[in-house]
Order: sequence, then structure tokens, then C-alpha cells
Amino acid sequence: MIPVLIGVSIFVFVGMHIVPGDVATLLLGDKATPESLARLQHELGLDQPVYVQYWRFITKALHGDFGISLRTRQPAWREVMWALPMTIELSICAIIVAIAVGIPVGVLAALRQYSFFDSLSMVAVLIGVSMPIFWTGLILLMLFGGTLHWLPIGGILDDGIILRQITGIHLLDALILGDLKAFNSAARHLVLPSIALGSIPMATIARMTRSAMLEILRQDYVRTARSKGLSERLVIIRHALRNALIPVVTVIGLQLGLLLSGAVLTETVFALPGLGRLAITSLLARDYAVVQAVVIVSALMIVVINLAVDLLYAYLDPRIHYT
Amino acid sequence: MAAGEEVVAKKVPGSRIEVVQRKGTAPSLFRRLLRSKSAIIGLVIILGITVVAIFAQQIAPYDPIKQSFIRQLRPPSASYPLGTDEFGRDILSRIIHGARWALLAGILADSIALVLGVTIGLIGGYYGGRVDAFVVWLTDVMLAFPYLLLAMIVVAIFGPGIRNAMIAVGIVYMPQYARLVRGTVLSLKEKEFVEAARAIGASSFRIMFRHILPNCVAPIIVMATLAVGWAIVQTAGLSFLGLGAQHPMPEWGAMLSGGRNYMLSAWWIATFPGLAIVVTVIGFNLLGDGLRDVLDPYLRGR
Repeated sequence: MIPVLIGVSIFVFVGMHIVPGDVATLLLGDKATPESLARLQHELGLDQPVYVQYWRFITKALHGDFGISLRTRQPAWREVMWALPMTIELSICAIIVAIAVGIPVGVLAALRQYSFFDSLSMVAVLIGVSMPIFWTGLILLMLFGGTLHWLPIGGILDDGIILRQITGIHLLDALILGDLKAFNSAARHLVLPSIALGSIPMATIARMTRSAMLEILRQDYVRTARSKGLSERLVIIRHALRNALIPVVTVIGLQLGLLLSGAVLTETVFALPGLGRLAITSLLARDYAVVQAVVIVSALMIVVINLAVDLLYAYLDPRIHYT
Repeated sequence: MAAGEEVVAKKVPGSRIEVVQRKGTAPSLFRRLLRSKSAIIGLVIILGITVVAIFAQQIAPYDPIKQSFIRQLRPPSASYPLGTDEFGRDILSRIIHGARWALLAGILADSIALVLGVTIGLIGGYYGGRVDAFVVWLTDVMLAFPYLLLAMIVVAIFGPGIRNAMIAVGIVYMPQYARLVRGTVLSLKEKEFVEAARAIGASSFRIMFRHILPNCVAPIIVMATLAVGWAIVQTAGLSFLGLGAQHPMPEWGAMLSGGRNYMLSAWWIATFPGLAIVVTVIGFNLLGDGLRDVLDPYLRGR
């Protein structure tokens, strides 16, 4: 884990150094004099050897100092911390939607293999994994927001609703404050983005659950469970599904890591002020301090998610031991 | 051995060793592929889109770039089957021309990923030790980044544009091939045929590319097919974010991005380019699934 994080820091450092546009010039603008440029470069340590710069970068980063945003003149770290809760909220809602739909569909499809429902759900899975989420998002917006007016067209809260920030996760904040109106508003705004972001994990989870269930239903211990007279319900839930979930958990973990990429597009489509939106606006504005903070924080999250999945895997499958 | 294969035994000059070669596996593979319904549908879709891309100039009813201010935002009709956009350009013609960019993006990005990834994976798996540790580290680090952020940074380094977006998507997908090939090589390099090749004095380069690589081809083909669809979506995504194809290029992702501003008044601008992406990607996914069933019986049904 540590070598990977060191690698991530090297990649980000190198990337930000070869990206066109000198930081000092970007900070001072085109009309800066050579003297003031040189002074700023000295202040920022840009005249130092590369390894010294890398060392400064890494020690600062460990203290949460990623520099100052060019756009807002705020610490880049703070910008990231403002945007992070939105992305976490969106990702959690998306994965909940994906699991809540994907696993039951997969189980039902496996139980009725080759039935009409099975074929229908597998066609849906194929379409689901083939749809670009930015298009899924737009279609959902046009249909449920524009034409049917059932749900709002982007944003986080309805006009006129003000929610005090506690955790930054709107649903949670509204619950803590007991503000049901704000909760309702935030939930309504989250429905479409969660479905859009959750569509690919949903399809992948359904496919994986189906194939894992099919394999397990053929196992001897399932036959044993049935033959000792257990109810079908118990056989499926306690004996088959529990074991089928082992590969599904891995898929969910992998998909969690991919959600961050999807969040960039989803947040753009639905105008949500999250990490992905911050990444793209900062990149287009050449605000590299913020970009590198976003990238490092998201890489850290992926590494932690992967670790958590490994641990969960060991918990679910007692045959696996980590020493 | 399937029917239609032919065994050819060649004598190695100056020795008693006979080299047995299997010939004719390609047609039988193709025949088996045609038995898969999903592969056929996939092939038909891909073939159709390829034809559209090649003859775009002839098929497209209008110029995909020329603007006309008297026919802006027209809904689908007999003369403009898929409507016109905010600059009065025929959406059908733009989608037809966009097929070129989509196929090019899919194939180019995939090739970059394939060449880089396969080489790195082959070298890591074959040499083992520190070389392998480096390959594993490199792929782990690359996979620790959200792929889209990584692609965005690569585009930022090279500058926005469709070509650089394709390169970025290729680089980002590279670790997938490296992992796949490395894993396969690790299990293959202990096999007798590698030992035999080494015993007759074949160089490492020859062993890697002539003996080991051909045995990794099956999973690589499957991944390469599925990756085309993936690369098309990702390149379109970069264009959607403004980092790929630039105005007025008829590229599906960029068209979607333009249609976003009119989504409540002119639904057709964003709907049809997205549909084109979905159909194309379904084609490659179906073919990939079909190939996987044929080439890798263990994964059947997954």
C-alpha cells in the first residue's frame, strides 16, 4: 500500500511538472516582470533541484498542504474538503441503488434460468454496461426532469431551502437538524444522479450475481441442504446467496473504485459541486494545485477501498487468511 | 482438436526432432464463433458501422459541418430524419461522419493500450524478480488513480484534442493488458515447451514473442474486443468534458455536450449521438462475449 502511494505521489508530481504552463507565470499573469517572476519562483522553490522540490512537495502534502488555488485563492486542500462530501454522498447512493436492484435481479434471473425474465434482464444488463453514463444522465434528466416534471433538473436543493453544513452530506445534515423538507428536497435531487452513476455497477452486479448463483446452485451442499428438508427460501438465502456473494463483493469493491471516474461525468451533467466537477473545472482553469489535491485524495480513497474489500473478502470466505 | 485442423510435422534439419505444428485453427475458430448468436449480432453491428464510416461521404445527406441559420433546431422530420442542431446542421449526417471518429478512437486507443500493456506484461512475467516487481508496482499505481482523472491529466499534459484524448484513453487502459498478460506468462513460462525452446538455444526475445505470446492470444483477443467499446465511451466522455474533439468536429461525445444546453427544448440533439454510442458499444460487447465463450470455456456464461 505504501509503495503504491509513493508511486501515486511521484506520478502526480511529475505530471504537474510537465504540464504546460509555469506556475509563477500563471499566478502573476502575462504582464509580470522577469524580476517578479524570478522572485516568485524562488519563493515557491521552483529554482531548486527536482528532488528537493519533490521532497518539499511530499512533506507538505503529508501535512495537507497542496498549495493555493489559482481560481479562488483558497488552500487547495480546503477546496477538496468542500467538494468531497457531495461525491461521497452521490457514490453511496449510487452503490446502494446498484446493489438494491442488481442483486435481486441477478438472483431471480439465476433461479429462473432461460426464462423470459432471465433473457430480459440479461439484455438490460448488456444495454446497461454499454451506455455512457453522461448520456444515461441526460436522458433521465430530459425524461423525468424535463418532460414529466417528476424530479428536479440538477442541483442539490430546491431554491429557498437553506441547509446548514455539518458533515456536508446533505441527507445526513438534514436528518441531524431534523429538517424533513430539506431531506426530501435533497433526496429528490439525488434520485436521478444516483441512478445514472449506479447504472453500470447495477448491470455488472446483476451479471455477476447471476453467474455466481448459477454455479452455486449446482453444488452438492445445496442439494444436501434441500434434501435435509430446508425450505427453498432458506436454501437460497442462507446456503446459496451467502456463498454467491463472495465474488459479488469483489465486483462491488472494484465498482466503488470506478465510481470516482463516473462521478466526474455525473456531476457535470447534474451540476453537482463534487470532487469530479472540481477536478474538471480546475483542470480547464489550469488550477493545478487543486487538480493534484483531488487526484491524491481520490487515489488514497481507491487504495483504502481496495484494502477494505480484501478484508471483507477474508471475512466472507473463511478459507482466505492474510498473514 | 477441432475438425478442420491439420497437423503438420516438420523435421528440424540436422536433428531427429520433429516440430509439430497445428494448422488451420483460424477458420475453425471463425466457424465456432458463427454458432454464437451474440457474436453474429455483434459482428453485424460492427460491420454496419464500419460500412457507414467508410462511405460516410456518400451516405450522409448533408454536410456535417456547414452551418445554416435558417434551419436551426428543427425537430426530426422527413427531410431531417434526426433533426438539426443549434447551428442548423443535420444530426444524421453528423452521426454518420462521427462513426469514423468513434471507430478510430476505439481502435487507436485500444492498440496503444494493447502494444504497451502486452509488452510490459510479457517482460515482467518472463523475467520475474525486480523487473516483475516494477511492472506490478507500475500497474498498481496506475490503477490507484480514477482512470478518468488520469486520462484528464494526460490530456492536460499533451493539450486538448481528439488525438490526445485517444492516446490518453490508451495509456489509461494499458495496465489491464499488462496484468492479464503477466498472469498468463507466469503460468506458461514453467511449461515444457518453454524449457524446450530454451534448451535448443532460443533467445529470450524469441521465447517471449514466438513461443509464449501466441499462447496468450485467446484472452488478449477477448480483452481487445471488449476494450474497443470501452475506449469509444471514454473518448466520447473526454470530448463531452471538453477535453477531446473540439468544435465543430462531428464527434458523438462533443455533439452530446453541445446538445446539453438544449436538452429541455431540443431533445433530439443529445439523444441520437448517445444512441449511436450505445449501439456501437453493444456491438463490440456482444462480439467480445461471443469470443470469450468460444475461446475460454471456463468463463462461459459470465
